[in-house]
Amino acid sequence: MAHRFRSLVTLLSLLAGVAFAQETLTVASTTSTEQSGLFGWILPKFEQATGIKAHVVAVGTGQALEIGRRGDADVLLVHDRVAEDKFVAEGYGSYRLDVMYNDFVVIGPKADPAKVRAAGNTVEALKSIAANQQTFISRGDKSGTNAAELRLWKQAGIDPKTLAGYKEAGSGMGPTLNMAASLNAYTLSDRATWGAFKNRGELDIVLAGDPILFNPYGVIPVNPQRHPHVKKAAAERFAQWLTSPAGQEAIAAFRADNQPVFFPNAKK
Amino acid sequence: MSQTLLDALALLGSFDHRLLEIVGLSLRVSLSALTIGTLLGLPLGAWLAVARFPGRGGLIVLLNALMGLPSVVVGVLVYLLLSRSGPLGSYGLLFSPAAMIVAQSLLVVPLIAAVSRQIVEDAWKDYAPEFSLIGIGRMQAVVLLLTDCRFSLTVATLAGLGRAMSEVGAVMIVGGNIDGYTRVMTTAIALETSKGDLALSIALGLVLMSLILGLNVAAYSVRCWASRRYG
Repeated sequence: MAHRFRSLVTLLSLLAGVAFAQETLTVASTTSTEQSGLFGWILPKFEQATGIKAHVVAVGTGQALEIGRRGDADVLLVHDRVAEDKFVAEGYGSYRLDVMYNDFVVIGPKADPAKVRAAGNTVEALKSIAANQQTFISRGDKSGTNAAELRLWKQAGIDPKTLAGYKEAGSGMGPTLNMAASLNAYTLSDRATWGAFKNRGELDIVLAGDPILFNPYGVIPVNPQRHPHVKKAAAERFAQWLTSPAGQEAIAAFRADNQPVFFPNAKK
Repeated sequence: MSQTLLDALALLGSFDHRLLEIVGLSLRVSLSALTIGTLLGLPLGAWLAVARFPGRGGLIVLLNALMGLPSVVVGVLVYLLLSRSGPLGSYGLLFSPAAMIVAQSLLVVPLIAAVSRQIVEDAWKDYAPEFSLIGIGRMQAVVLLLTDCRFSLTVATLAGLGRAMSEVGAVMIVGGNIDGYTRVMTTAIALETSKGDLALSIALGLVLMSLILGLNVAAYSVRCWASRRYG
């Protein structure tokens, strides 16, 4: 009995000790990386290599950058190159490193009433969706995907807000896909979230592989000169590990729906 | 629909120990918030029932209106308060269970205070003449009335419990829905829904509803037992 009690106490103090001793790190990142399951795959490997437990807050890129700006995260992993460079230039981020890329895909009804499959490229596809007065669901949430979509409309020379079929969901990729599935509408998604998405209804990928749909992800440690409380060392180790051979191999080995959805591209 | 339900229940198996962690955190956060809410809300409600001062009516209306305080608004306010760039930022509480308890407490206090104010005030109307006859002061009356109405006041507490366990807007914003750290039942349901896994969402929803039902059964049993024994 006494022996059992002693081992229980040892176990409890061990658990408490581990809980207190373990270094944690707050990562603000995007819904695509979390919901595709990428973090569930790579973070245990990161923890094993460094002993650091990463806490991921998954939001749109716009919100992730805002969390970083306020100093509420130690490091960011996001995908909106223009906004990322601005974030670093303004002094909120220490630096930005290439980590990986995936691509955007145009999702639409299998029947493809706007004939997007025949359009050849994304800009022509958007023109065709507009001309055929089909429904298009936009994220409408200032995420990286939303920013990419708005750039595409601009290149097509169309102001989407003037289209009757253009609806802004104001939410993450998953809810937007749910809405597109129930309205049988077109939308733009990152390949990873689509790969892990289950409620597809009558939707399928109708356009992919256009170089314009390239979607790079970067890692940015929050600048300790701006926010002295950030965990500088842990954030740097996260950035270094992701771009190291070990991190890059872990990303390359990840599968969603039995397919690779993220491709490492850190500079050697 | 019934097939979806069966699938849903089978899916819970795949969650195993993580589901227990999520349920455990939901209980820990919501019951902590409920304890704080009860300790602050009941005395506040009882005091407001017996106190007489200018502007009391306005305060009561305000308190009643705060029962409808949107949880997402509380989430944003607590976020701004606890953010590193906010007034309480130096404590580093954002994206932690502590932040979630703070947010839910703010949601629960006005609800418990408003409901208990009504209950205690109705009792106060019956007792007021006797209290003034034997010279009992306001503060003493608050204690006596709270004790006397204790069984009716469990409703106020249970309403608070329901509010805390079921809200998603506030904990999502201030907790961040971090896997294994701040993920609770409601945010897990929101996440699975956004992943398009509607069957798992329903399954988690059933678990949450069973939990709330279980807690209510427990409260009702305690109340019956106590009123037989001490009533």
